[in-house]
Amino acid sequence: MSFLQLRGVEAFYGPSQALFGVDLALEEGEVCALMGRNGMGKSSTIKVICRLLKEARGTVEFAGQDLTRLPPHRAARTGLGLVPEGRRCFAPLTVHENLIAAARPGPWDFARVCKLFPRLGERRDQVAASLSGGEQQMLAIGRALMTNPRLLILDEATEGLAPVVRQEIWSALATLKREAGLSLLVVDKSLAELRAVADRAVILERGSTVWAGPMGDLAASVADRYLGV
Amino acid sequence: MIQRETLINWALFALLPATALIALWMDEPFIITLATKVAILALAGVGLNIALGLGGLVSLGHAAFFGIGGYAMGILASHAQSYAPLMQTPVLIEGTTSMPVIWLVAILASALAALAIGALSLRTTGVYFIMITLAFGQMLYYFAISWPAYGGEDGLSIYVRNGFPGLNTLDPIQFFAVAFVVLAAVLFFAGRLARAPFGLALAAARQNPERVETVGLAPYRLRLVAFVLSGAVTGLAGALFADLNRFVSPTMFSWQMSGEIMIFVILGGVGRLFGPVAGAALFILLEHVLGGLSDYWHVYLGGLLLLVVLFARGGMIGLAAGREVAHD
Repeated sequence: MSFLQLRGVEAFYGPSQALFGVDLALEEGEVCALMGRNGMGKSSTIKVICRLLKEARGTVEFAGQDLTRLPPHRAARTGLGLVPEGRRCFAPLTVHENLIAAARPGPWDFARVCKLFPRLGERRDQVAASLSGGEQQMLAIGRALMTNPRLLILDEATEGLAPVVRQEIWSALATLKREAGLSLLVVDKSLAELRAVADRAVILERGSTVWAGPMGDLAASVADRYLGV
Repeated sequence: MIQRETLINWALFALLPATALIALWMDEPFIITLATKVAILALAGVGLNIALGLGGLVSLGHAAFFGIGGYAMGILASHAQSYAPLMQTPVLIEGTTSMPVIWLVAILASALAALAIGALSLRTTGVYFIMITLAFGQMLYYFAISWPAYGGEDGLSIYVRNGFPGLNTLDPIQFFAVAFVVLAAVLFFAGRLARAPFGLALAAARQNPERVETVGLAPYRLRLVAFVLSGAVTGLAGALFADLNRFVSPTMFSWQMSGEIMIFVILGGVGRLFGPVAGAALFILLEHVLGGLSDYWHVYLGGLLLLVVLFARGGMIGLAAGREVAHD
């Protein structure tokens, strides 16, 4: 049994079916890249894992627990940390308040998050709404880390950011893998960066898993076919 | 650097005892009583502000808790007055005129009521939440009217002021001191609550409930705890208000009372720690200044409320201090 295991996951938005059979396996301490073109079901898959999309069928197991019947907050408490698409920090709260609002005991605390992202320490008392996009993204990652997750899920964490800030985020993710040994499920469009950090990859096409395996085995022809790069 | 809002808060905080002390020096006990009324009504507003300001819960039924607190005082004191026990079996429960005991009963009774009302009401949102809280308030109002054992529609008069160890609570300035210290303690608690992880999570849940769920928090539970704390504080205010008037009646449960408590919060500034203090002070001032000129002073109050809602969304505190600076 893998650390995170999805088998035959189907999901629906009302009468419209978005996922038709997603299979995904991730071992503890691994980084898995979840890839696919726009609209292929990556964000829906994440929503199913985090129980934000409840109209779903199939198996979702994490750390030996069946997540399919849990409400979202209980699913999160099993050790899932989500960095959502579009960041969505709590705008009126300061950086420090955003981080402590949902903190749970564990190795990640305010000081450690600031060590990973020194800019957050510098902006400690600034409201989230006044931060740059990159800083908000760091805050969103920091907020998820403060819940001391066992699996960090990042949905388009570098989308729309300046190249220098993207590099900072990728370097932080590499640090999380190398030093913290955290399991990561990363959705992103930058294949080059994903190749550098991910151990395995899963590619979705029209709501189904069409390729899964070690990142090193992902041939350029497969990437061309399903990712259009 | 101390923010402007902090200075305004401290000024408001000092103004209330200063008014009472000047009134004492001028031998104007009525003004001391008015200052006491402001402190107690502000306390009720601080209670509502926990639910409304922090949690975004527009409750139009907070008079339920205000009334429960009032009747807790009225029932306990009336039994102490008549020497008739409240209950004989299975255990003997007698009335009391001890303020701390009455406060404890008022807090527990209103917190329990808030737990029951909140557990049901918080399953709804928006206008349904407003209506269901209003309905609970009105249910208790009609229950009090049809409860002849405690005065029914006529209410219940208490002939003595309840006691506080070491104080003569019949002395207006000493009773003011009691009410003011309770207000100060609750303001301190509410201020700490807003900055604690619970308060921050509650504020976050108001903004984005789904996001709060993904970090492992249940918005329903956060709101329920806030609603219970809010009801308990409003209940405590009800007990003090009944003590001030030495009278309780079903009007404490009425929807007009809920509306007035909400007006204190809106006038002063929703979510501003000292908003209810400013709002209650202005309300009482208008009641006595404009009320002396016209019986229809509520018309002017309505006009003022309209102006505040349209042009000063942060209420009087917001108007004076500007935009809220991240939990100064």
